[in-house]
Amino acid sequence: MLKHTPLFELHSAAGARMVDFGGWEMPINYGSQIEEHHAVRRDCGMFDVSHMRAIDLAGVASRDFLRHLLANDVDRLVPGKALYSCLLRPDGGVIDDLIAYRLGAGTGLPDIAYRLVVNAATAATDLAWMEQVRARFGQADLALRLRTDLALIAIQGPQARARAAQVAPQLATLLADLGPFHAAVQGDWFVARTGYTGEDGCEIALPADQAPAFWQALAAAGVAPCGLGARDTLRLEAGMNLYGSDMDETLSPLEAGLAWTVDLRSPRDFIGRAALERQQAAGGLRQFLGLRLLGRGVLRSHQEVQTAQGPGEITSGTFSPTLQASIGLARLPAGVQPGDEVTVTLRSGPAPARVCRLPFVRHGKVLAPAA
Amino acid sequence: MTVPADLHYTESHEWVRTEADGTVLVGITDFAQEALGDLVYIELPEAGKTYAARQVIAVVESVKAASDIYAPVAGTVVAVNESLKDAPEALNQDAFGSWLFRLQPANAADTGGLLDAAGYQKQIDSEK
Repeated sequence: MLKHTPLFELHSAAGARMVDFGGWEMPINYGSQIEEHHAVRRDCGMFDVSHMRAIDLAGVASRDFLRHLLANDVDRLVPGKALYSCLLRPDGGVIDDLIAYRLGAGTGLPDIAYRLVVNAATAATDLAWMEQVRARFGQADLALRLRTDLALIAIQGPQARARAAQVAPQLATLLADLGPFHAAVQGDWFVARTGYTGEDGCEIALPADQAPAFWQALAAAGVAPCGLGARDTLRLEAGMNLYGSDMDETLSPLEAGLAWTVDLRSPRDFIGRAALERQQAAGGLRQFLGLRLLGRGVLRSHQEVQTAQGPGEITSGTFSPTLQASIGLARLPAGVQPGDEVTVTLRSGPAPARVCRLPFVRHGKVLAPAA
Repeated sequence: MTVPADLHYTESHEWVRTEADGTVLVGITDFAQEALGDLVYIELPEAGKTYAARQVIAVVESVKAASDIYAPVAGTVVAVNESLKDAPEALNQDAFGSWLFRLQPANAADTGGLLDAAGYQKQIDSEK
């Protein structure tokens, strides 16, 4: 039995094509995935991301718990600031990636120390793991709470904040003042300037029963409903990892382009640290880079890449509506440089592709060099 | 969803139009294009090549996935719709108006083994 978000009936009524995504019946598109993609790059679109799970932490031990649990250091956060991090196994494999928001005193949610937002498919595993780690903290003041009472709507695009303010005037000042990667609270709405598209925008967590009316008001104001299909092409252009495709429990964040999210500077004992330090000392780590197909065809995950330094693999591939070419994310041997030409094995046979830095697109602008 | 009555169909969602000269035009159905999503790349066969029935003859790729197109009957490729290579979205806009390739069937009676509109309608109803 697939799970439904509070907006499921609206998606069905809008004629969305639905798919099973991590056990949730979610819209893949509402007609044209490419048009939805362009709406976000050029104007503004919205995504129902209520399948992602918010987990709230309360209690004075929350900080120590997260500094042990997460590969990134929550001590980098002031109240209201967000941090992207991996949740690692002791051997360094990635259990999930998540965003941690620091709340507490000085924010509108003084009783919540941190809010974590995790992926839908991995939420149960994450929670079980967190409970297991929590046991190490004995009787410490620490409570984990899964927020099944919230809906989550991502509004993304150059006009996203303006359009959200128009629909919800009570948020106008908050939205105008909110810094990138910051969150603020207005009544029982939690507003964060975060997203998964490479565009400006916000993600709003609100009580489930208020979500349908807000969604409909946004649609009436011209915000395009967008499905998981556009979400995937947008995040791929933005060079953002997808859990389960670009990294998983068998892979180190150091080989998934996520070294920047691992904090090895602070003298913390976090889970996976020793394994990552061993990998780093051993050297020869594979790199995570972009590929742009030079001819016709479409790059897909698991396709083989031949480089002068040895074989690599595409972890995510698609057709980029912004570049009008196929692009991919790939794990490539050490020594491969942006600008190198490599050979990808497409369905139809070998084809040349160019290695490039990530992201491909940011804030509506193409950053990848022309083919 | 439309299923034109004057065409034949395969279980793998190709449509087949028999022309006056005995050749057949082949495309993908409206049901197929909708299931695939926005099409972004099409690989067509070469004219002159011969295929067995149900052999992979072309590939259409959408933003989501790649999908094989099968020869509905045994035959030789007479022509391909080159304009689709630069405008694969035409398949989304008008699936029944956008043919992929023209075949000279090895045996003219072969199209008799394909589904008619009613049979195909029944199949897609069962897949919904």
